[in-house]
Amino acid sequence: MRTVLDYLDRTAAAFPEKVSFRDEKTALTFAQLREQAMRGGSALLKDGVVREPVAVYMSKTPDEIAAFMAVLETGSFYVPIDDEMPQMRIKLIFENLQPRAVICDESTRESALELAGGAKIYTWSKIRTESADEDALSKVRASMIDTDPCYIMYTSGSTGIPKGVAVCHRSLIDYIESFCDVMKFDENTVFGSQTPFYFDASLKDIYPTIKLGCETVIVPHTLFMFPLKLVEFLNEYKINTLCWVVSALTMISAFGALDEVLPKYLKIVGFGGEVFPIKQYRKWKKALPDVRYINLYGPTETTGVSMYYEVDRDFEDDDVIPLGHPFENVDIFLLDENNKEADEGEICMRGTCVTLGYYQDPERTSQAFVQNPLNNRYPEIIYRTGDIARRNDRGELVFVSRKDFQIKHMGHRVELGEIECDVNSVSGIVNSCAVYLKKKDRIELYYEGRVEEKELLAYLKEKLPRYMVPTKVHKLDKLPLTPNGKTDRKGLTALSEGK
Amino acid sequence: MDELIEILKDLHSDVDFDTCTTLIDDKILDSFDIVSIVSEVNDRFDVAIPAKELVPENFNSAKALWDLITRLEED
Repeated sequence: MRTVLDYLDRTAAAFPEKVSFRDEKTALTFAQLREQAMRGGSALLKDGVVREPVAVYMSKTPDEIAAFMAVLETGSFYVPIDDEMPQMRIKLIFENLQPRAVICDESTRESALELAGGAKIYTWSKIRTESADEDALSKVRASMIDTDPCYIMYTSGSTGIPKGVAVCHRSLIDYIESFCDVMKFDENTVFGSQTPFYFDASLKDIYPTIKLGCETVIVPHTLFMFPLKLVEFLNEYKINTLCWVVSALTMISAFGALDEVLPKYLKIVGFGGEVFPIKQYRKWKKALPDVRYINLYGPTETTGVSMYYEVDRDFEDDDVIPLGHPFENVDIFLLDENNKEADEGEICMRGTCVTLGYYQDPERTSQAFVQNPLNNRYPEIIYRTGDIARRNDRGELVFVSRKDFQIKHMGHRVELGEIECDVNSVSGIVNSCAVYLKKKDRIELYYEGRVEEKELLAYLKEKLPRYMVPTKVHKLDKLPLTPNGKTDRKGLTALSEGK
Repeated sequence: MDELIEILKDLHSDVDFDTCTTLIDDKILDSFDIVSIVSEVNDRFDVAIPAKELVPENFNSAKALWDLITRLEED
């Protein structure tokens, strides 16, 4: 097995007529998925697109998955861009990526033409019907190796410039093999897809589906406002497996939806992105005691999930659900400030899961992807997560905190520094400080400058992804400082919490 | 009602909440807003909005939301 396309070939042969991906409007069988990938891929190859980044700028549909596969058919790597990303962010991504080819759909075409610079724009509905050139495709396939990149996912960076994590086929295969074993998926698994495709959490639905012949149903975004309708949707499509960010699960339980209607087909709930509040977890467990609950942890930089814990015991309200144990073929260890192994320290990872690094960004790559400090005998790159964990008396790892000002908000990684960077770039702003209120799961912002609160908030909504926009902004005459002259983030957090 | 409008204005200062009746249909409010509104309403009016009331009709206008709050206050 060299590339994830081998999964698709195998599954399309085993289950040609089975639905692979569907939403409310369309469904693609595995045979259709493969055929469209080959047709679209051939169209790109004809223009000489090969072994290069291809941005896929489409709305979240089954077609988008087919477009990803088409890109892979050319030996290239896909870069998901979402129609819900702010234009400014898309611009920054294109600047870093410099793509020659962008695939769009009817809904994104105009915006793609505007943002893509010199790139050629392909409309998916056109190229997916072109004829497949099997010779050209197999030639490319034969030349591919498993360390070729498969995709790039952009994540938040503290300087305001997003970082593109490049991941090769081998890392993805290694992850998906272990993940499917741990979760015990099979061809009867029906996923309800919650996370955007530009977010690595979506790999948990996409690739097990392609490997095993499962079905993935794309859950309409708007349902995440209306918990009862959401559960009814899960029942309508007989969805039995959720790999969701915690905030999407707690949205259902916190509003008491589980007292009204149960997702009755549910068998497996994988959760991640942030810590699952025990109180909410217990509501799920009580309503659906036979469901398997599995905590999934891992940063984008180590492909996806690297650690898991299947909940096997009761927890008190003030407990934390452990991160658990590493997947097979992943080594995880904790390093203290002196780079010595410790029972509490920064989570570091070693193995095939460690990705290729940040695209066209050697400087930031070398800060996080480093030589293993415990090994001075041969080159060995590990990834430093910036997450602090401790080992409990059962030998499981438990999340403690972040080393820096990165937070998890609604399942997304957010650098408070990135928000501040954007605010500080507004003319008239002197300085700013973003704070995160854990209890309320909200971001607020303090700043000093000549700009009105409303004006600033409106600007930030244009510029930042939705999950990074502060709920409130507060104008101050002067930001408070700590004794050593830094902005007093703790003090401001306390101020907001007291409100 | 004024206090409710104030909560909504905090989220979207550019929307005329006195007249708009398509807050959900026109995607003016999103899931982040709904979560904020439910928590603010809980804090300021001491009203917990239950799951079965979390439907588009109750959030399409400030008036519908206000009617919901009054109804829940009476219960």
